[in-house]
Amino acid sequence: MTKEKFLEKFLLFIALSSISILALIAFFIFEQGLPLIWKKGLASFLLGERWYPSQGSFGILPMVVGSFWVTFGSLIVGVPLGVACAVFLCELTPPLVSMVFRPAIQLLAAIPSVIYGFWGLIVLVPLIRDHLGGPGLSILAGSLVLGIMILPTIISISEDSLRALPRSFKEGALSLGATHWQTIWKVLLPAARSGIVASVILGMGRAIGETMAMIMILGNAVQMPHSILHSARTLTTNIGIEMGYATGDHQQALFATGVVLFFIIMGLNSLALIISGRRRS
Amino acid sequence: MVGSTSVQPFAEILAEEYMAHHSGKKIYVQGGGSSAGIQAVRTGAAHIGMSSRRLMGNEENLIDVLIAYDAIAVIVHPKNPLTNLSREQIRQIFSGKVTNWQGVGGWNKAITLVTREEGSGTREAFQNLLMGKTEISLGALVQDSNGAIRQVVKDDPKAIGYISLGLVNDQVKSLAIDGIEANIENINHGRYKIVRPFLFVFTKEPGGLAKSFLDFVLSPDGQKLLVQEGLVAAKGMRR
Amino acid sequence: MIWVAAFFTLGVMIWIMAQVLREGLPLLTVDFLSDSPRQMGRSGGIFSTIVGTLLITAVAITIATPLGVGTAVYLREYTREGRISRLIRFGTDCLAGVPSIIFGLFGFVFFVIFLGMGWSILSGGLTLATMILPTIISTAEEAIKTIPKSYREVSYALGGTRWQTVAKVILPNALPGILTGVLLGVGRSVGETAAIILTAGSSFLMPTSLFSPIRTMAIHFYILAREGISMEMAYATGAALILLILAINTAANWLLHRYIRRLEG
Repeated sequence: MTKEKFLEKFLLFIALSSISILALIAFFIFEQGLPLIWKKGLASFLLGERWYPSQGSFGILPMVVGSFWVTFGSLIVGVPLGVACAVFLCELTPPLVSMVFRPAIQLLAAIPSVIYGFWGLIVLVPLIRDHLGGPGLSILAGSLVLGIMILPTIISISEDSLRALPRSFKEGALSLGATHWQTIWKVLLPAARSGIVASVILGMGRAIGETMAMIMILGNAVQMPHSILHSARTLTTNIGIEMGYATGDHQQALFATGVVLFFIIMGLNSLALIISGRRRS
Repeated sequence: MVGSTSVQPFAEILAEEYMAHHSGKKIYVQGGGSSAGIQAVRTGAAHIGMSSRRLMGNEENLIDVLIAYDAIAVIVHPKNPLTNLSREQIRQIFSGKVTNWQGVGGWNKAITLVTREEGSGTREAFQNLLMGKTEISLGALVQDSNGAIRQVVKDDPKAIGYISLGLVNDQVKSLAIDGIEANIENINHGRYKIVRPFLFVFTKEPGGLAKSFLDFVLSPDGQKLLVQEGLVAAKGMRR
Repeated sequence: MIWVAAFFTLGVMIWIMAQVLREGLPLLTVDFLSDSPRQMGRSGGIFSTIVGTLLITAVAITIATPLGVGTAVYLREYTREGRISRLIRFGTDCLAGVPSIIFGLFGFVFFVIFLGMGWSILSGGLTLATMILPTIISTAEEAIKTIPKSYREVSYALGGTRWQTVAKVILPNALPGILTGVLLGVGRSVGETAAIILTAGSSFLMPTSLFSPIRTMAIHFYILAREGISMEMAYATGAALILLILAINTAANWLLHRYIRRLEG
């Protein structure tokens, strides 16, 4: 019996690993980043428009704005296409076809972000530069690639939500004389709303957290962007691009950027959990 | 070895050559930046620090050895009609004061500025040697390696940037500054002044593998390798 | 109209993969794969990066799998839904959402600096382990959840203890599902870049120990692509990377199908 008890305690210890790691991450990131925020003041850090570490300026507003624009843009691209695909796979094709597509979509989700970034660099950036102007390395390029990258997330979760709806919804609507389209638009999609919204929030989380592909195609200018053809820098790329060389205050400022990111992601995560009501897998 | 990513590719080539002749010895080369390299050597995390700038203030109790000189070239797209810019013009462009090529006698196109990221030794050298007190524009595109800057400039006819002279190839064009071309001869004669030292940094007199490697680097074979890659030999400068 | 959207979407995604594969596949010779990078990647192959990728993934899986499966077993077999299980789930879900660059920062300050492991396979592997832990926990839990109650009841009726039930009944039956999760974790590890650059360095020499720095295939691809050192090498590395991911995913899916069939049969 003591062996059983021991095993139970041991497994509990192991099971607490995920929350412990989370706590460790928060601790170390905060430990490095908070002192800088204290020193410079939260307002001047968050709302400062000048990021010039060699002169001690650590304002991250341009990056916050950059993250916002790029993420927002990626949602504009990813959500309509993603939900459309989900509807397509769930309603408009025989189950066999969607069974083939599922692994295909999973595969696309597994493609490393650096490959997406590379493609964006080789294909999209020159296209934008030559036909729309600007340097090509821009918010537009970033949003497009990021939108494509979050598609698998949105598609698979939205599709799951649609499939989970009771058949009666669909049958009821159809038997009342609604067309297939009307059924989809007015009955199924609204009913799957919470799942779809959860997928969007998850996609948003993925978009905000993306680093490598964005370093490759956003251009990383540190100024407030004023158009989608401008280059920009996100919170993540700010860390990624300067971490290699940073020391002292500069390094701490990057950790502080991490602190801000951490809060944003935690906020989004909690939102997603509340909305979806169930644990996502 | 840890330090400047500008020195890194050359250190890697030297290490590769050295290891080819001394089997069994391993030399690991790591980037991270000049400051990180100097720090790493100080704490003992690395045996040799690589730096693309001179040692400063509280770093002066370390030992530095010059292994080569590296010039910084201002580059533009090969199709760009300009071949020469004055220092003042370069400052105006990189500070964002002049935003169209017309402002320096070129096409009517908006300038795409590219620079290295904060903390880079190359950027620091560019800032100190060319910009002086003028700030580099915050609207400039930022790339985290010289190679990446070269990529941007080679693809965008409107772009201008700066990289190590050793990295200039026929995909980009280097500009003459105040009429002086960026080539080895001008550098050796002290005419082209945008030059910075590549240093190996130690905490004490190097011994063992470090010394052996250092000797190789400073030997005629080692120096020839560096010159082949576009650097200027340590003893080549005539001041 | 939805048809257009769907096909457009799938078309673009396939285009992306095809682009890299088309340019890179022809260059994937046996020599390329078995030779190490030379001249900063201008020539030679990618062997040391393959080794690096495998080693760092192995470290990550070795750490994350026991932790993940253990957590799943605890959640499913040893507790009811209560405060502790909610806490554990909260931790897992949040961990799943943390961006990779934050893991990189954490790995740097914790493994590389604080624990003094330096830029090494160990630092990188441990960081990766924390990143794939939530995936393994989720899939293991799903796998355990789908085992019919009857299996457990029979075991207990025959006098088995909880641990015996777990070890001899639950785990073997959940194995395919768990393996799927492990494979997913492997896939993620292979593609990860941001966190590894900050923790495993970027030296492309063959590693000599777990404390050596390494360069993974994904990082090598990133560096080649950005520096423009050799576009051909970049494409080839990218192709190798995509093929590897394809293989891993296919294996995962095949396992999943076998698992579903077994449960139904």
